[in-house]
Amino acid sequence: MIRVDHVYKRYPNGREALSDLTLQVQSGEMVFLTGHSGAGKSTLLKLIALIERPTRGQLIVNGQNVAGVSRSKVPAFRRQIGMVFQDHKLLHDRTIFDNVALPLIIAGVGTREIGKRVRAALDQVGLLGREQSVPLELSAGEQQRVGIARAVVSKPPILIADEPTGNLDPELSLEVMNIFRRFNEVGVTVLVASHDVHLLERFPIRRIRLDSGRVSGDVPAAAAKGSGLFDPGKLLGSEVAP
Amino acid sequence: MTAWLTRHVQTLIGSLGRLARHKLATALTILVIGVALALPACLYLLVSNAQLASGGWTRAVDLTVFLKQPTSPEEARRTADRIGQRHDVAQVQLILASEALKEFRRDSGFGEAIEALNENPLPHTLVVRPAEGYTSPEHLDALAEDLKSLPSVDVVQLDTEWVQRLNAILDALRRGLLLFGAVLGLGVMVVVGNTIRLDIQNRRDEIEVTKLVGGSDAFVRRPFLYNGVWYGLGGAAMAWIITFVVLAVLQEPIARISLLYGSEFKLSGLDSKATLTLILAGVGLGWLGSYVSSTRHLRAIEPR
Repeated sequence: MIRVDHVYKRYPNGREALSDLTLQVQSGEMVFLTGHSGAGKSTLLKLIALIERPTRGQLIVNGQNVAGVSRSKVPAFRRQIGMVFQDHKLLHDRTIFDNVALPLIIAGVGTREIGKRVRAALDQVGLLGREQSVPLELSAGEQQRVGIARAVVSKPPILIADEPTGNLDPELSLEVMNIFRRFNEVGVTVLVASHDVHLLERFPIRRIRLDSGRVSGDVPAAAAKGSGLFDPGKLLGSEVAP
Repeated sequence: MTAWLTRHVQTLIGSLGRLARHKLATALTILVIGVALALPACLYLLVSNAQLASGGWTRAVDLTVFLKQPTSPEEARRTADRIGQRHDVAQVQLILASEALKEFRRDSGFGEAIEALNENPLPHTLVVRPAEGYTSPEHLDALAEDLKSLPSVDVVQLDTEWVQRLNAILDALRRGLLLFGAVLGLGVMVVVGNTIRLDIQNRRDEIEVTKLVGGSDAFVRRPFLYNGVWYGLGGAAMAWIITFVVLAVLQEPIARISLLYGSEFKLSGLDSKATLTLILAGVGLGWLGSYVSSTRHLRAIEPR
């Protein structure tokens, strides 16, 4: 699903964020990207979302070489990727419903269909009934869940998240990570960047560690011992939508 | 298709709602655009009214035709009838030499001097009024030429010089109106463009997020284009109101002037065609200004 082949990224200020990075993420796989800040996690996610472009090397996302995606094709390219941000990037002058509906409006989905899908997405993150609130009326954890609902509402095959738990306490962080796992269970390829090693170690999920722009460790899912204590379905008391 | 249309209508209404929330800023922008559009509109009214007024005067300018001496009254009547049948002549008034002399004797105070004359020195006179639509200088000249070639006609008096002068002035004004309109139209575009630029800066976050979730340039630009259209429409309405007020204020003094000149001329306002032109110009310029500005400034905003 995502193939990174000897990718380099050098910023205009001369800093080399990625150097000769090679890794691969299978379709339907869930991967944690770990490493210190500045290790290149965010840069990799930005390359995948075409916010930045590789200086050298090949990056293939969902079968498309990003080098072949022209500026005018970037929006269509991004619609196949759901993005979650540390600061969730919600629009504060709009309701939760309008925030979540934005990707569908852009895609030209009909009004009735939008209502159905927005409510389904909010249901999946446990926020059904809060459609008419504005972001500031919600807690940090709830705001992040709205951000996730927006990222998945158009059912993209790829979901990427950059430090989605950066501003959350451990309990809320677990909750958010479990939401990601549930999307992964229904076939979405999920890539989560986080430096919170303690949190990540509780899940039986593949961990790729970056250091100075290269892979410095790759723990496959089988070897990554999860504590197994957290059944995502039970935690939120809601069922996973197929 | 329905979804697309719904979306456009929603954006249109949404953009109106946003403008309504920033009342003062919107009102100021619309006022500036209104003034810029009202100036050429007023100049247009000046030209069109001057034309109307001069049209009235041109009709009042009759040709005076003096017949040869001697011509019998019967011959004069026949000539008058002949001229009256022309399609470019509205009316012919015959003043026979005898009547003219009587009138002259009565009004001039030279009665006794005239008594001393053996015969009537005055010719028969025809006052020819050109038909409507045949009052341009060219038509008048042609008519005068034709009348002159009639056998019993001696002299045709026609003074078209001042009509030509007035028309030349109006032509110059019309050209000035075009120039003036073009310059002020450019001004409207700049005002709208600048307002849109500020608007884009204020909504940076929103634009960034929209681009992050896959909004195309056209999608991001759409609300700003509608803003421009609203500004243009509001400005056109404001310009219409301004010209209406200007007209209302001038109506009474102008009516008094034309009364003094014995005319029933009244100022006419913007007709439906001119109103439509004004609205289309406003909307078009607003759209164009916002298109240029948003295309330029939205490119610079990319998510980081």
